[in-house]
Amino acid sequence: MTRRTALLFLSLFSIVGLEACRRKVVAAPAPLAATDSRAADSLDALRSSQRADSLAAAEAAARAAAGDATKAQAELSAVLSQKVYFDYDRDVLRDDARAALDAKVPVLLANPGVTLVISGHTDERGTAEYNLALGQRRAAQVKRYLAGKGVPDERLNSQSLGDAQPAVDGSDDTAYQQNRRAEFQPQGARALVRPRS
Amino acid sequence: MRFSTVCRALAALLLATPLAAQDTTGRGVRIGLSYEPGSKPGVVVLPVTGARGDSVRGILQRDLDYGDRVNAIVLDPVSARDASRATGPNWPLLARLGAAAAVQVTPTAAGLHVAVYNVATKQTALVKDYPTPATEGSRAWRAVVHGISDDLEAAFTGIRGIARTRVLFERGKRIWVVDSDGEGATPLTEVGTPVSPAWHPNGQTITYSTYLPAGISVLDLGSGRSRTLAKGSGVYISPVFTPDGGSVVYAHGADEGVDLYISAASGGGGRRLSVGRGSDNVSPSFSPDGRRVAFMSGRAGHPEIYTMDADGTNVDLLTPLEFGENAYRASPDWSPDGRLVAFQSQMAGTFQILTINLRDRSLKQLTSDGRNEDPSWAPDGRHLTFVSNRTGSKQLWVLDIESGRTRQLTRGAAVRLPAWSPRLSND
Repeated sequence: MTRRTALLFLSLFSIVGLEACRRKVVAAPAPLAATDSRAADSLDALRSSQRADSLAAAEAAARAAAGDATKAQAELSAVLSQKVYFDYDRDVLRDDARAALDAKVPVLLANPGVTLVISGHTDERGTAEYNLALGQRRAAQVKRYLAGKGVPDERLNSQSLGDAQPAVDGSDDTAYQQNRRAEFQPQGARALVRPRS
Repeated sequence: MRFSTVCRALAALLLATPLAAQDTTGRGVRIGLSYEPGSKPGVVVLPVTGARGDSVRGILQRDLDYGDRVNAIVLDPVSARDASRATGPNWPLLARLGAAAAVQVTPTAAGLHVAVYNVATKQTALVKDYPTPATEGSRAWRAVVHGISDDLEAAFTGIRGIARTRVLFERGKRIWVVDSDGEGATPLTEVGTPVSPAWHPNGQTITYSTYLPAGISVLDLGSGRSRTLAKGSGVYISPVFTPDGGSVVYAHGADEGVDLYISAASGGGGRRLSVGRGSDNVSPSFSPDGRRVAFMSGRAGHPEIYTMDADGTNVDLLTPLEFGENAYRASPDWSPDGRLVAFQSQMAGTFQILTINLRDRSLKQLTSDGRNEDPSWAPDGRHLTFVSNRTGSKQLWVLDIESGRTRQLTRGAAVRLPAWSPRLSND
């Protein structure tokens, strides 16, 4: 072996040895440590996600419940506020008016803290003075009907606005019909209780 | 010498038939001036000097014209210049213009000096001095000028004019008042729900109802102070003073119809007058002697006009009963002479003003143009104010029931429920 050949072998051996050493350093425990961190992150993310999902679900459920409650309140309030209508120069309760009043009765009975202001209105065709009287007669008729269904008289207050506050403007039969009405203002109802069916 | 004494002296001088001076029905006025019976005497208001001269003359001419009993002759500028001379009225010119009388108003330190000339006799018929308030053009100053117009009309026709009167009405949820010539419209109440204003016979106090809250209020126009006469649940509607001013009659009801009640004007509980048995009974109007009351009732199934004694007895249907849904008679107002009741009646789908003669129950339709309602008599019993939409918006109009002449009293936002005052002595 010549000296030149010996140097070549030595160089190759060194290179191979160094490469071997490099592989050992790079391959050491580092890959194991990275795997553990990612797993922990995944768990946190999962828990966080689950927590978020859970919260979202709870919130959604709460929203839904609140929505249901709001909807129920709105429905009950709408029942109490639903107007009733009259024929020209009459205070007689028509069938549609009786149906609307019948729907109010269980709500009123289930909510004893609620009072109802009943406002009688007329169309524009009569005199202002007669219309005030006619509006009062209509409100009184409604009050009498509800009282007859068991709603305590002291929870029903009647008043008349005559032709002073038309529901719609206009001087035709459609406008007149919408203006001949009794309106209802429930008072003292923070949360209406749904009547047991 | 008091003006009324002067008037009597004038009448003694001028009346061809003195008693007929009080009788204007059917035969026209007759006070001895040079005009044909049945026609209106021509009157010239001569030019007035001073800063407010034109205003004074304009108000007098308009008042005499609106009174419908004299012919207020309006001079053209040349005639106006020539109508007065240094020596007095230009008699030939006034005679050519057809004037039976001429009025000369002269400003003085204390007010206005008024002289009336009889053109036929070329003599001064009467004179009077009128103190005026310091503020020229004010409502009080205008009232004095209106008072001159009324004195002049009394001198010419034997019947006092209605220039110094005012009309209450409702506009924009307030009670307003306007002078009889349409000037000086002024709100009297704050914004609320006042309706149905009515005058006390003294012309210094009014009453009205409100619906939120429901009650009856009394307002003293001099002090501006108001008080509540009645209040409570249900409705309070259409209050009126009794002719003696001592009580107020109004409609009230809650759960069992609306009936008429009477309370002392000073306050206290109400006593029920009408027995409507669940029907509506509103809009009372007293006969001048205070013994009967006209009112509107729905007791027959639809609104009609009834009368009753002041204590609620002897109820009588006044308007001829009509069957059917469309019959609707309302808003009665008893004339100051006691002969007629004006009311509104539904005719051909709208409302018109009619009168019914209490002697023979004869009906007379007074309006036909547009929707006409809420009649209220002037104190002369010859003029009516009412609400009409004949020009679109609901406004007050004045009708002379003898000639049929109408004029618009208010302009602007819609109005309703007028009430003409009694003759006003002071403001």
